[in-house]
Amino acid sequence: MLPFNILVLACLSYAGFLFAVAFWAEKRAERGELGWLRSPMIYTLSLSIYCTAWTFYGAVGYAARSGLEFATIYMGPTMVMIGWWWILRKLVRIGRTQRITSVADLISSRYGKSTTLGVLVTVLAVVGTTPYIALQLQSVALSFAVFGLANPGRLVLPDLNNTALWVAAGLALFTIVFGTRNLDANERHHGVVTAIALEAIVKFFGLVGVGIFVVWGIGDGVSDMLARIDASPVTNVDIDGTRFLTLTILSGAAFLTLPRMFQVLVVENAEERHLFTASWAFPLYLFGMSLFVIPIAVVGLDVLPDTSNPDMFVLTLPLKYDQQALATLSFLGGFSSATSMVIVAAIALSTMVSNHIVMPIWLSSRKEGATVVGDVRSVVLLSRRLSIAGVLALGYLYFHFSGGSEALAAIGLISFTGIAQVLPAMLGGIFWRGGTRTGAIAGLLIGFTVWAYTMFLPSFGDAAGFTTDLLTHGPWGIDMLRPQALFGVEGVDPVVHAVVWSLALNTGAFIVGSLLSFPRPVERLQGAQFVNIFEHTGSTRSWSHGTAEAEDLLVMAQRIIGASEAQALFYAEADAQGKQGYLPDPTPQFLERLERELAGSVGAATAHAMLGQIAGGLVVSVEDLMAVADEAAQLLEHSSQLEAQSEELARTARKLREANEKLTVLSIQKDAFLSQISHELRTPMTSIRAFSEILRDGSAGTEEMDPESLTRFSGIIHDEARRLTRLLDDLLDLSVLENGQVSLNWSRTNLHDVIDRALVATEQGLEGRDLIIERNEVSEHIAIETDADRLAQVFINLVANVRKYCVNDAPVLRISARRLENDHIQVDFTDNGIGIPAQNQTVIFEKFSRLSDQAKAGGAGLGLAICREIVDNLGGSISYLPGQGGASFRIDLPRVHTKKR
Amino acid sequence: MAESGRSPLYLARSSYRRRRLIDAQRLLPIFLFLLYLLPLLWGGSSQDDPIGGGVRGYVHVFSVWLGAIVISGLIARALMKAETLEDASRDFGEPKQTTTSDQSGDQGTGDL
Repeated sequence: MLPFNILVLACLSYAGFLFAVAFWAEKRAERGELGWLRSPMIYTLSLSIYCTAWTFYGAVGYAARSGLEFATIYMGPTMVMIGWWWILRKLVRIGRTQRITSVADLISSRYGKSTTLGVLVTVLAVVGTTPYIALQLQSVALSFAVFGLANPGRLVLPDLNNTALWVAAGLALFTIVFGTRNLDANERHHGVVTAIALEAIVKFFGLVGVGIFVVWGIGDGVSDMLARIDASPVTNVDIDGTRFLTLTILSGAAFLTLPRMFQVLVVENAEERHLFTASWAFPLYLFGMSLFVIPIAVVGLDVLPDTSNPDMFVLTLPLKYDQQALATLSFLGGFSSATSMVIVAAIALSTMVSNHIVMPIWLSSRKEGATVVGDVRSVVLLSRRLSIAGVLALGYLYFHFSGGSEALAAIGLISFTGIAQVLPAMLGGIFWRGGTRTGAIAGLLIGFTVWAYTMFLPSFGDAAGFTTDLLTHGPWGIDMLRPQALFGVEGVDPVVHAVVWSLALNTGAFIVGSLLSFPRPVERLQGAQFVNIFEHTGSTRSWSHGTAEAEDLLVMAQRIIGASEAQALFYAEADAQGKQGYLPDPTPQFLERLERELAGSVGAATAHAMLGQIAGGLVVSVEDLMAVADEAAQLLEHSSQLEAQSEELARTARKLREANEKLTVLSIQKDAFLSQISHELRTPMTSIRAFSEILRDGSAGTEEMDPESLTRFSGIIHDEARRLTRLLDDLLDLSVLENGQVSLNWSRTNLHDVIDRALVATEQGLEGRDLIIERNEVSEHIAIETDADRLAQVFINLVANVRKYCVNDAPVLRISARRLENDHIQVDFTDNGIGIPAQNQTVIFEKFSRLSDQAKAGGAGLGLAICREIVDNLGGSISYLPGQGGASFRIDLPRVHTKKR
Repeated sequence: MAESGRSPLYLARSSYRRRRLIDAQRLLPIFLFLLYLLPLLWGGSSQDDPIGGGVRGYVHVFSVWLGAIVISGLIARALMKAETLEDASRDFGEPKQTTTSDQSGDQGTGDL
């Protein structure tokens, strides 16, 4: 007999192995070597979380009790998969284009980004999934107990509760570590998916291994097994036709609506083409998992004592014949099926809870809105992590208090029926434009209530107040309301009764509610988008008149999707609009795109609300809707070529407008500069002339000039001449740089040293305002090939600018350097002053442009222009980075010098 | 995809094939469902056997299941090839692009 400790050891090392695989896959994905990590086979295997411990252990028990009926649970998904062209293809396309994060997000987004619906579906999912998670914990605990029982001498009987607690804690850890690595739910969880694919293989071979052992080891080959099946009590019961039909449809529905299935089917789908393979490969997997279930049940009933639990035949059969390796494999298979389900379910539920419950509450608790408050990312991540722990804690508590004595199949079916209540709203949402929010809410509420009343609560029995008296006579003696014979429908199987009533009333309420209500404009837009997803994948244009400031949007986006991602997005958009820098025009199209990006992180409803706080014009009116419709009709008449041309024209026009604005500003500034430069030249000239006249007259006149005055006057002349020279030097330097005639002194150096030099140089000679420098010296140690003197000149200029212009009482300069993937380096200089107003951001790098007329500025407005020319000559770029709190300049340089142009 | 309301009424041979493959893919689950329910008509009170009972029901359900998987696999394979051809002809503007042969070969191995 297998020592129990070794089993625990095997189990722990298997768990450790899973951690290692997940970690390895994450690392690989980080390096961009995805390869087969995103192959259709991995996708197919990840779907196998449909087969939980309920399949692994429960299917045999189910077959032992009801014969062939167990196959309905796998036939439903098989039909959905084989008929993927009907529903799945559409779901996946919608999920990808609308950046759907969960099944609650799908429903909420379809019905006008409704928060109510999001909450409703989330609650339904949590209530429906908790028993299911408890079921997984129970099955793992039970399987440990089977080994403990078979082996009483070695160790005290394992405590079911303790085992379940340890498993739950381990799973919470794994899910938090690998399931919340990135905020954007549309990014794949490579680690999790790879680990799950591995678990899929283990459980497949676990079950098939036992099956082969049963057919060829215990039995005598195929024909003998068929004879045994024919004679067995397993196949000698009537198949209940209504149950057979109902369960097939129910399992198909649950396959689409279970949060964990939606997660792997739609959210984690990397490519639509993977459905081609999954359409036959996943049914094949299910087929393999089911094929040996009946033989195992038949043989188990045959050879094992009557008292043994049929749910555990998969373990007890190999143990009876002392097949230790097989028993261990089978145990690991069961462990795999339980853990993979719990992991994905926890990820899916935590996304739903944090996006649809925590975020809306958090948002409404902040009056200032999303722009002012701190880092939203950390809030979302924290709430996801807490939700994961919460979901697992709920599952454990359910297991703890329900005592876990029920047959596995019963809990599974209750869960399926509960979550299948989403189906009418889901199918109605993607196939019928007439479905409305009111209808969806009514349907869900009624379906949920009927399910709870006829199925969920009765499963608790007396504890929930559903006594036998209530079941036989109805509440207050009203016969019509008997939970398992609603409206006098008697003699029906309780499961069929609950499924049919809940789904029928749900669908009825959905249809009637939709027919009677009038949808809001956003609902109609989203409805058209979802139903006609294959016809136009363009935007819905639910933003009519954007009044948002691009800079505010950038600040918010940085806090949700991360600074560099947001900057890249804004930069790309500005580029597409033909603008320079990081601030595109907040056009409706851009707002739409931004909202979709944000939705990938926090869900459609929250993203819409956050953007609404900034953009103001949250609601589209019916007039706008009509305008959009008109526009669409007109667009049909245009050929795509014309469209492209007009787009090009618009881009050119925008460019021209921008250039024109810039020219006008520059011309004004140039005028101002000319008068100033003449002034600047004239002042020293005047004093030089005046003092040299004094000297000339003094030496020629009668009075001898005292040596003191002589020195003073000639000193003044000298200083003024130097000032003139410096000004002329700057001008010359600039013109040399601009003409590209400058000879650069390329050498290898350390970026850190260059920054040091610049800081030392600026410390002296300037008025003594204390400037606090924040820098991360470690990250600055980057070897770079450049002209160190010139680069230092740029840095000196930027630091000096901070000293001169930062108006904060306690000025702080933050220098951050990083190396980019394309072998560029990026250095940001950010201060905590008031920054530069948006209208000036485009001209600061131009010659002679000065923002202030403060006397202490003392320069001619050439500093930044020289900086830009130097960086240009070094092959890089310098730009103003808006939305950082103060003025911020970003220098982007190639790390290695390449002969250019 | 080619499903927009303004697609032409009559199609070239390859697009026509593709449409019929999609039809087959759509009809397959319906046939599977009907065949799978067949055992419910067997046996019953008038006969000795229970409804759908015995080894017969087991063998029937699993054979139908496997058959549907094989047919679905074949259709998916053919559809994938058709899709690649269509993509290629759209990309290069030439309906008979020879470079697609190695692409479909790729998918062939992916299938296995």
